[in-house]
Amino acid sequence: MSENAVEAQDGRGDVIVSMQGVSKWFGEFQVLKDINLELHRGEKIVICGPSGSGKSTLIRCLNRLEAHQQGTVMVDGIELHDHMSNVEMVRREVGMVFQSFNLFPHLTVMENCTSGPLWVHKMPKAEAEEIAMKFLERVKIPEQAHKYPMQLSGGQQQRVAIARSLCMNPKIMLFDEPTSALDPEMVSEVLDTMTDLANTGMTMMCVTHEMGFARAVADQVVFMDEGEIVERNEPNAFFTAPKSTRTKTFLSQILQH
Amino acid sequence: MYADTVVEDKLVHKPKFIALLFVLSFVAFVFFNLTDTIFGHFLMPVIGDPATAGIFGRFAVAFVLAVIFTANIVAIGFLPTRYQVIIVWIELIALFLLFFYTFDLSMEFIQRKVWFMISQGVFTTLYVSAISIAIAFVLAMVGAVAKLSNNGFAFAIASFYTSFFRGLPLLMQVYLIYLGLPQLGWVIDAVPAGVTALSLCYGAYMTEIFRAGIESIPRGQWEASRSMGFKFGLTMRRIILPQAVPVIIPPTGNQFIAMLKDSSLVSVIGVWEIMFLARTLGTKEFKHLEMLITASMLYWMLTMVLEAVQSRIERRYRQKAER
Ligand SMILES: Nc1ncnc2c1ncn2[C@@H]1O[C@H](COP(=O)(O)OP(=O)(O)OP(=O)(O)O)[C@@H](O)[C@H]1O
Ligand SMILES: [Mg+2]
Repeated sequence: MSENAVEAQDGRGDVIVSMQGVSKWFGEFQVLKDINLELHRGEKIVICGPSGSGKSTLIRCLNRLEAHQQGTVMVDGIELHDHMSNVEMVRREVGMVFQSFNLFPHLTVMENCTSGPLWVHKMPKAEAEEIAMKFLERVKIPEQAHKYPMQLSGGQQQRVAIARSLCMNPKIMLFDEPTSALDPEMVSEVLDTMTDLANTGMTMMCVTHEMGFARAVADQVVFMDEGEIVERNEPNAFFTAPKSTRTKTFLSQILQH
Repeated sequence: MYADTVVEDKLVHKPKFIALLFVLSFVAFVFFNLTDTIFGHFLMPVIGDPATAGIFGRFAVAFVLAVIFTANIVAIGFLPTRYQVIIVWIELIALFLLFFYTFDLSMEFIQRKVWFMISQGVFTTLYVSAISIAIAFVLAMVGAVAKLSNNGFAFAIASFYTSFFRGLPLLMQVYLIYLGLPQLGWVIDAVPAGVTALSLCYGAYMTEIFRAGIESIPRGQWEASRSMGFKFGLTMRRIILPQAVPVIIPPTGNQFIAMLKDSSLVSVIGVWEIMFLARTLGTKEFKHLEMLITASMLYWMLTMVLEAVQSRIERRYRQKAER
C-alpha cells in the first residue's frame, strides 16, 4: 500500500497510477506531449488512437520499458526514475501483455508461468506450479501445460502470456494491442479471458481497437492523437457523443467495417 | 538441398555437352603435355618410349585420357545421386594418391614415424585446441555481453580486445606472448603461451559470433523478461543465452575446426604438436615431403571426424527447434 494513497471522493479506489506532465522525445521527435492521466485501483481504461500516436510508448512508460524525460510517473506510490531498484519494484507489481505474446520459446507453458514466481519471488517449485495451474485453468488451457509455446495457436499463446503475468500476482495489468496479431476467430477467446479478468476487479490499462470490449469493460476510454490525450470519457458518452472532431474522424474510420 | 520435383534432362547426357566436354578435356590434356608422366608410361605399347614419342605421343595420350574422362562422367551421370557422391569421392581420392605416388615417397619411413606423430602430435594438437576453444568460449561470452552493454568502460575494453586480436596475425600474437611476456619478468612455457595466444585470438573472433547470436534473439524476449522484473544477469542466463546457444553452436564448430589447423602456428615456439613433429622428424632424415604429407593427412582426418561430430550436434539442435 502506498503512503500517499488518497481515497477518492466518488467511491472509486485510490489513485494507483498517475502521470503528471509527462513528455518524451525520440531524438527531435516528441512522442508524448504533457500527458496527465490517473488510474484508480480497480479501474479499467482503454486507450485508442491512430497508428503512431504514442499509445504503446505511453503504456511502456508505466513499467519503464521506455524512459520519459519530463514529468512524473508514479505507480502504487513508487516514483519511476533511473533508479533501478525502483524500476524493479514497479515491474514486479505491473504485468504486461504484448501484441506479439513474447512467450519464452525454450520453456514449456508451465515453465513460462512458473519462471517469475521461482526466479523473482523465490517460491518453492511445488507452490509455483500450483499457482501456475490455477491461472492456466483460469485462462482455460490447463491441458496445454507441458507443451512448448510454438505448439499452440496464437490465441492460446496470448492466454498463456496473460496467465504468466498473473502468476506474478500483479496489482496492475497493461495490455498493448493484445489481439492485433491474432486471426479473427481467435480474438474473442482472448477478449473473453480479459473480460473475466476485469470482472475479478483487476486494475487494467489496455491499448486496443476492439470497441465492443471497450464498451463492455472500460470505465474510461482515452483517445490519443499525435502524442496528446485528446479526449477522455465514459465509453457510452465517448462513442455516442465524441466532442472533438479528431475523435469523430477516428471513430468513423474504425466503425466503418 | 531442398527437394526439387521438376525433372530436367540430364545435362551430361546431351550430345552437345558431351562433345564440348571431350573437346575441352582434350585441349587441356594436350596443353599440359602428359607424355612424360605415369600416363605416358601406361601407353608405352602404343607410343613407344615416351621421351621420343614427340607430338604424336602427346596427342595420343591426350586423346586416350579425354575419352576416359568423358566416358567416366557420362557413366556417372546414369547413377543415382547417392552412388554418384561415393564414386566421385573415390575417384578424387585415387587421383590424389596417384599424385603422391609420383613423388616416390618412402612408405617405410612414414610407417616408422606415424605412430609417434599420432601419440604425441595428434594428442598435443587436440588438447591444445580443446583447452583453447574452451577458454575462447568463456572470453567470447564475456566479450559479447560487454559489447552489448551500455557500460562505456566494458564496451571500450571489449572492442579494443576484439580489434587488437583480430587485427594482428596469429603468428605475431604467438611470438608476442612467448617472447614478450618474459620481458615483463613473467617466463611462460611454450604450451601455456600457445594456448593463451589461440584462446585470445579465437575469443576475439567468437565474441563477434556470440554478439550476433545474442542480437538475433528478438527484442520482445528482453522486454518480456525485463517487464517481469528479471534482472539483467537473470535475463541473460535464463532467457537470452539458452536461445542464443543453438544459433552460436554451428559457427563455433567451424571455429574449432579452423583452430585445429591454426594450432600448427604454435609449432614455431616448440610445442610438440603435429606440425612441429613433421618438421623436426622430416629434417633429421631429409624426408620433408613424407612428413608434411603425413601431417596433412592427419589434419584432414581430424577435421573430417570433427565435421561429422558437428553435423550431429547441429541435427540435434534442429530437432529441438522443430519440436
Ligand atoms: N525506439 C524508437 N525510436 C524512434 N522513434 C520511435 C521509437 N519507438 C516509437 N517511435 C515513434 O514514436 C511514435 C509513436 O510510437 P508508438 O509505438 O507509441 O505508437 P502507437 O500509437 O503504439 O502506434 P501503433 O498503433 O502503430 O502501435 C511513432 O511515430 C514511432 O515511429
Ligand atoms: Mg503500438
